[in-house]
Amino acid sequence: MQSVQLTVNGVSTLESVEPRLNLADLLRERLGLTGTHLRCEQGACGACTLLIDGQPARSCITYAVLCEGAQITTIEGLEDDPVMVALRRAFTAEHGLQCGFCTPGMLITARDIVTRLPDADERRIRLELSGNLCRCTGYVGIVRAVRRVLEEHRAGHFVVAPSERRKLGPVGSGHAGLAAGDMPVSMAVPMGGDTPGTYGEVKLGLAGKKPNIEIRQSFVIARPQTRELR
Amino acid sequence: MKPARFEFVRARSLGEVATILRQASGSAKVIAGGQSLGPMLNLRLVRPSILVDITPIPELTRIEEDADGLVIGACITTSDIEDGRVRVDGLPILATVAAGIAYRAVRNRGTIGGSICHADPAGDWSPVLCALGAECIVTDGRQARRLPLEQFVASAFEVRLEAAELLQAIRIPRPSRSARCAYYKVCRKAGEFALASGAVLLDRERERFRAVIGATQGRPIVIDDARRLLGAVPQPGTPARLHEGATNELLQGAGLPLNGRLHATALARAAAQAMA
Ligand code: FES
Ligand code: FES
Repeated sequence: MQSVQLTVNGVSTLESVEPRLNLADLLRERLGLTGTHLRCEQGACGACTLLIDGQPARSCITYAVLCEGAQITTIEGLEDDPVMVALRRAFTAEHGLQCGFCTPGMLITARDIVTRLPDADERRIRLELSGNLCRCTGYVGIVRAVRRVLEEHRAGHFVVAPSERRKLGPVGSGHAGLAAGDMPVSMAVPMGGDTPGTYGEVKLGLAGKKPNIEIRQSFVIARPQTRELR
Repeated sequence: MKPARFEFVRARSLGEVATILRQASGSAKVIAGGQSLGPMLNLRLVRPSILVDITPIPELTRIEEDADGLVIGACITTSDIEDGRVRVDGLPILATVAAGIAYRAVRNRGTIGGSICHADPAGDWSPVLCALGAECIVTDGRQARRLPLEQFVASAFEVRLEAAELLQAIRIPRPSRSARCAYYKVCRKAGEFALASGAVLLDRERERFRAVIGATQGRPIVIDDARRLLGAVPQPGTPARLHEGATNELLQGAGLPLNGRLHATALARAAAQAMA
């Protein structure tokens, strides 16, 4: 087992993991953050895309131990992010999802397009989305949704803080030994001075939200229960 | 799928990597971004006993420029090059190629050294760097040696690294100002591995005319003097047409699908771009 310190959606956590545990499994199984989906587990489908040090990356082929000291932002952590709010609205309006399996990864990539390539045209949007597979929508609605948000962005509906990366090398790597929290995470700032306060306080897991289904199970623990079961 | 069990260690210096590799006697694997090795591990196509993270080593993200070349550390990522965080003056082809490799989320972790050491024949870096005449700087923690990239790649998924050696950097000789370099890959979907690829360097000033065919069954096919394929001294603006006899001779026996027609097309299109 290896210990790894990560900042997930603004909350610092220390985990003891097997080196072969990928980041997505750590988030899903350990931290209850099931918004990150896993399908191909070989970097091809894009379902597991999330932000590492503010940049999109694949969490299926990134082992948790490689991310010592890194900032991880999942779809749950972007709930109040102005770009994500706009994207969610546009995906709903433009039929950008059906089953929703690809959607978290699709939204992360879409957010990257809006923040990094504000002048992207339809061709560029399609090129950038080529690493995220959707088996339902046929992409037309997704592309329209991204275009809509890009237009809103150009019209000044929200301001995006530039997500300049200066460090060289793989995102998330190379922090071992650095003080945690050195890395700036790109965050969009809403117009009108509202501080995105929730970002730093997002709770891991479902927090106070009501789950869609609830499964109750009772069992007897043979040894003393030393920590709260999650 | 999930990988088979492995141990993990973080190396902080080139010497440390060499020691770990030597002790593991062949059962260790070096990892940086893990964008090629990750899928191989997850599919259990590789089962190392120990994984060595080399990203904390400062030398590996270093860039050095001298009068006649550029040295790029092995842990520089494809998006570092795509975004221009690494200045590649006189080599605009590198950013163009970078932008066409896999997808942004992969490029943010995938490294140039990793791509070369993985040695997938369908990878993009090897053919274009071979055309530019790049060299590999390999170290065993004590001393470094250099060898041309086309020799470093031994065959499909096989490079010439001794048990305790590591690829430290790639050295790319700077072409002259008037040089033209182009890369063309054939694939069905954006970002995919190439079905066939071609790279061409035309540097009249330095008298270097190189062509490379990638996505072969093994190492890239390097044509050191491309004049035999492109006609005497290729002139810019002249339509690129490959000499058919010479091309066929080259591709015959390479064991390529469709008798290498796809590869001939990729090379012809790269040549056309370089001569445009
Ligand atoms: S699950 Fe990671 S890319 Fe498909
Ligand atoms: S909405 Fe079902 S896979 Fe995209």
